[in-house]
Amino acid sequence: MSEKMLLRGSHVIAEAAVRAGCRFYFGYPITPQNELTEYMASALASLPDGVFIQSESELAAINMVIGVSMTGKRVMTSSSSPGISLKQEGISFLSGQELPAVIINTMRGGPGLGNIAPAQGDYFQATRGGGHGDYRNIVLAPGSGQELADFTKLAFEYADRYRTPVIILGDGMMSQMMEPVIFPDPIDPASLPPKPWVLDGAEGRPSRIIRSLILDVSAMEEHNWKLFRKYEVIDREVPEMEQFLTDDAHLAVIAYGTASRIAKGAIKRVREMGLKVGLLRPKTLWPFPKRKLLELSRTITDFLVFEMSTGQMLEDVKLSLEGRGRIHFYGRPGGIISTPDEIAKVINNVYFKKGLNRV
Amino acid sequence: MKKVFNRPRSLKDAVFHYCPGCGHSIVHRLIAEIIDELSIRGKVIGVPPAGCAVLAYNYFDVDMGEAPHGRGAAVATGLKRSLPDRIVFTYQGDGDIAAIGTAETIHAANRAENITVVFINNGVYGMTGGQMAPTTILGQISSTTPGGRNKDRDGVPIDLSEMLAITNGSVYIERTAVDNPKNIVRTKKAITKAFKVQMAGLGFSLVEVLSPCPTNLKMSPVQASEWIGSTMTTYFPLKIIKDTVGKL
Repeated sequence: MSEKMLLRGSHVIAEAAVRAGCRFYFGYPITPQNELTEYMASALASLPDGVFIQSESELAAINMVIGVSMTGKRVMTSSSSPGISLKQEGISFLSGQELPAVIINTMRGGPGLGNIAPAQGDYFQATRGGGHGDYRNIVLAPGSGQELADFTKLAFEYADRYRTPVIILGDGMMSQMMEPVIFPDPIDPASLPPKPWVLDGAEGRPSRIIRSLILDVSAMEEHNWKLFRKYEVIDREVPEMEQFLTDDAHLAVIAYGTASRIAKGAIKRVREMGLKVGLLRPKTLWPFPKRKLLELSRTITDFLVFEMSTGQMLEDVKLSLEGRGRIHFYGRPGGIISTPDEIAKVINNVYFKKGLNRV
Repeated sequence: MKKVFNRPRSLKDAVFHYCPGCGHSIVHRLIAEIIDELSIRGKVIGVPPAGCAVLAYNYFDVDMGEAPHGRGAAVATGLKRSLPDRIVFTYQGDGDIAAIGTAETIHAANRAENITVVFINNGVYGMTGGQMAPTTILGQISSTTPGGRNKDRDGVPIDLSEMLAITNGSVYIERTAVDNPKNIVRTKKAITKAFKVQMAGLGFSLVEVLSPCPTNLKMSPVQASEWIGSTMTTYFPLKIIKDTVGKL
C-alpha cells in the first residue's frame, strides 16, 4: 500500500501513468499542462526502459504514439485544447487501426488560441470522435486528485482491453490544484499480458499488417460495424456516474470535472437551507451514463446542467432523458471559474421558480 | 532446366497493382532482395506512406504499419524507440515526405533516429492523379500547373535530401534512379548500405530514388525513364549527398 502524497494534478497523472507501466511519452509544450510533460521527462529519464521525446509538434507526438502502440507497449501523450486539435488525425488513425493509447487533454478557453484558463469547451470534440470518420473515444472525466491517479490507471486498462484510444478530459484547474493522493502500486510493464496483434518482426510467424485503409467498400462497412459493436460493449460496461445526495432530491445538478467540484460546494450550501438538491457527476463522458440518468428521472423532476461552456454535455443530458424531467442550463465559458455561491444562487432561482419548495 | 529467377522470400505471392513502367515495382523488389540477402526478414518493420505505395503492405512479407500521410518518420520513431533491435524502414513518396511530412522527416533526421527512409521521387502526385509535387520541376505540366510549374507562383523544386544532409543526425544520404539497369544496380547498393547503417546503429539513412511515373507524366514507360535521365537529373543530380560512414 502506498503512502499519501501531496501533488499537483499534472504530476498525479504523470506519476500514475508511470506506475501503470507507461514507459513511452511524447509531447509538445503547451500551457496549462507543461508540468505533466516535464514530470514525464524526469521520470522516464530515470528508468532504464523509459523513452521521452519532446516532439517537434503535436502531430509528430501522436504519430510516435501510433508507432509505439503498434508494438503493444503502453504509451501516452498529453496536450491542451489547440494541441489536441492537431492530434485528431492521429486519434482517428488509432481508432481505425484499433490501437490502444492514452491521451490527456487539459482543456483551456477557446476556440482558436483562446486563453490558458480552465474551460470545458472540448466536450463535443472528445465525445463525438473529434477527428474524421465513424468512431468514438472513451472519455474519462476525473473530479479529484485521487481520481486523476485512479482514472489514469483505468485509462491504460480500458485502452488495452478495448484496443481504442482513451481520453482523460481535465482542465487547468484540475492540473494545477494540489491534493492528497494515494497511488496504486506500480506495475512492471513486463508483467502485462502479451498482445497477439503487435508488430515486432515476423520471425517464426506470418507477417502482420496494421492499417486503416480498406478500399473495398463491403470490407470497410464491416470494419465500421465491427467498431460499432465494440462501442456497444463499451457502452454497456464502462459508464460511471457519482451520485451525491440524490436519494431525496427534487433537483439534481449535472456537472463534471472542475464544474462538479464547484457544484458540490453549492449543493452543500443550499442543503443547509433545506433545499433537496443533489449532484450527478458523470465520470465517463463517453459512454455517457444515460441509462442511470433516465432511471433517476423517476424521482428527480429537475436537472440543472452546469458546464464551463455554452452547453455541450447539455445535449447528452437531453438525449438521455428522452423528454422526461425539466432541463435547465447554466454555463460559464471562456475560462471563468464560478464560485459555489454563484451556483447556489442559480440553484435557488430554479428551485423556487419551479416551486420545488412546495413539492 | 535451371531456375535463374525467383521471387524474393520477403515479397508475397501477389500481383503488383502498379501501372506499367512504374518504378515502385522495381524498388519493392530491390528492398525485398536486400532484406533476404541481409537475413533480416524476421526483424523488419516497414512503414508505407499514403499514396500509390500505401498498398506496399500487400506486397512485402514483413510486418507493416501504415502511417498517416507524411508521418512515416514519426511512426517509425515510435516503432524504433520501442524495439531498438528491429530494423525499421519507411517508404515514402515525394508528396508524402517533401510536402506534408517535411517537419517529421527533418526532425527525425536531426534526432539521429536510427531508421532507414526510402524516398521515391517521381516529380508528381501519383495516386491523386498527377498534381504538382514539391519536386515537380520548373515548366513541368501537371494537373494543377496546366501552364507548367512557375517559379514565381509555385517556388522551385525542393531539394529535401540536401536539406536533410545539413542535419547533424543524418549519416548517409544518396540519390539514385531506377531509369536503367546500371542505376537500378546502384540503387540496390545504396539501399543495402542504408539498411547496414541502421543495423550498425549509426543514425539516420535515406536513399532518394528518382522513379518513373509514366501514367501521370503522360509518357510511355520508355519515355518516362528517358525523361529522368535527360531532365529530372539536371535538377536532382545522382550522387552521394552525405556519407559520414564510409565502407560498411
